[in-house]
Amino acid sequence: MSQKVLDALKASHASAIERTESEHGDEIAWVKRDQLLAVATWLRDDPAMAFDSPVFCTAIDRLDWRPLGVPPSQHFKDENLRFEVCYQLRSSRHRYRVRLKVTVPEHDPRCPSLASLWPAFDWQERETFDMYGIRFEGHPDLRRIFLYEEFVGYPLRKDYPKEKRQPLVRRDDLPIASKTPTSERTEIAAGDSGDEETP
Amino acid sequence: MGVELTTTRLEDAAKWAKQSKLDRATNWGRKFSLFTYPFVTACCGMEFMSVAGPKYDLARFGAEFPRFSPRQSDLLMIVGTITEKQGPALKRVYDQMTEPKWVIAFGVCASTGGFYQNYHAMPGADQVIPVDVYIPGCPPRPEQVLDAMIMLMDRIQAGRGHSQLRDKREQIIAAREAEASVDE
Repeated sequence: MSQKVLDALKASHASAIERTESEHGDEIAWVKRDQLLAVATWLRDDPAMAFDSPVFCTAIDRLDWRPLGVPPSQHFKDENLRFEVCYQLRSSRHRYRVRLKVTVPEHDPRCPSLASLWPAFDWQERETFDMYGIRFEGHPDLRRIFLYEEFVGYPLRKDYPKEKRQPLVRRDDLPIASKTPTSERTEIAAGDSGDEETP
Repeated sequence: MGVELTTTRLEDAAKWAKQSKLDRATNWGRKFSLFTYPFVTACCGMEFMSVAGPKYDLARFGAEFPRFSPRQSDLLMIVGTITEKQGPALKRVYDQMTEPKWVIAFGVCASTGGFYQNYHAMPGADQVIPVDVYIPGCPPRPEQVLDAMIMLMDRIQAGRGHSQLRDKREQIIAAREAEASVDE
C-alpha cells in the first residue's frame, strides 16, 4: 500500500534503515536507534511524505519469544534485541501509513523521543516508559503516567510477576496470615510436614 | 478476659449485640434512612443506576437520596473495580463518613478483584476498609442488590455492622477501664 514510502526511505536514508518488511498491509521500517530522529524529521518535513499524524507509540517485549518457522538455535542469536519500540505514522495528505521500529537492548533501554516532532507522542511515550521502562531521550517530562510514584518495576515486561501487588494502603486489622508472603507460607508448610514425617 | 476484644467473629458479636430498647429503636430508624454514597468507578455503575431508578426503586428501602458528599452519608456503595492507586482515596472517603457507617461491595471486582488478578487491581475493597455485605455478579442483577439491602438492614437492626461492633467494643473497653480505676 505504502511501498513508495519504504522505497523513498531506502533511497534517502540507506544507512539508517536496517531492513523493511510488509505484513498484513502494514509497511514496517526497522530504523537504527541513533538515526531515528533524523528519519522521523525527514518523514514529517519532506513535502512528498508529509507525515502529519502520529497514530500510536508502544513497545514489544520479546523475552522468551519463539517465532514460528525459525529454528530454536537462532532464537537468541543476539540477546541485545529484547525490546522493540514502534511508532505508527500517517500522512493525511498522501494517505500513507508507515511503522517505524527500533530495537532496544535490555541493558540499555534508551530510545530517542519523537515528542518534539509530534507532541501527541508525549503521553504515549510516558505510557511506554511507565509500562516497559524505555527511557526516551529528549522527552520534556518523562515520568509515570498511569501508575503511582511508589511503584517499583515495569508491569508489562514479561518478567514482571503476574501476582505481584504493590499496595499503597492496607487495613491494619487483617489476620496476620494474609500478610505473610506466599513464599514464606509454603516454606513454613513444608517445614511442618517434614517434622511430622520424622518419627 | 471472657469477651475477646480484638475480633469481629459472629459468636463474639452475638455477646455484644445485646441491645437496650433505645438501641433497638435507634437501629430501626437507621435502617430505614440510609443515605448512600455511590463510589462508582466502573461499569457496575449502570446497574446501580437501574437499581436506583424507578423500576427497581431503591427508595422503597429508605435509601432514597444519594449524597455526593461522604460527610452526609452513612452507606458507602463501592460500585466497580478498585485499583491500588485508588486505595488511599477510598480509605479517605470512608474515614470522612459519619458514624455509624456501612459498606456494600457491589460486584465481584469490588468484592475480590474479579478477573483483574494483576498488578493494578486491588483484590477486594476489604483490603482497605471493612465491608459489611458483598454482592457477587458481573454485574449483579438488581434483585441481588435489593437482597443485599435487606441483608444489610437486618444487620443494622441486629447491631452487627462493622462500625456498630467497633462502637460496642470501644464501649466495653471504656467500661472495663472505668471498673479497673474504681478497683484501684
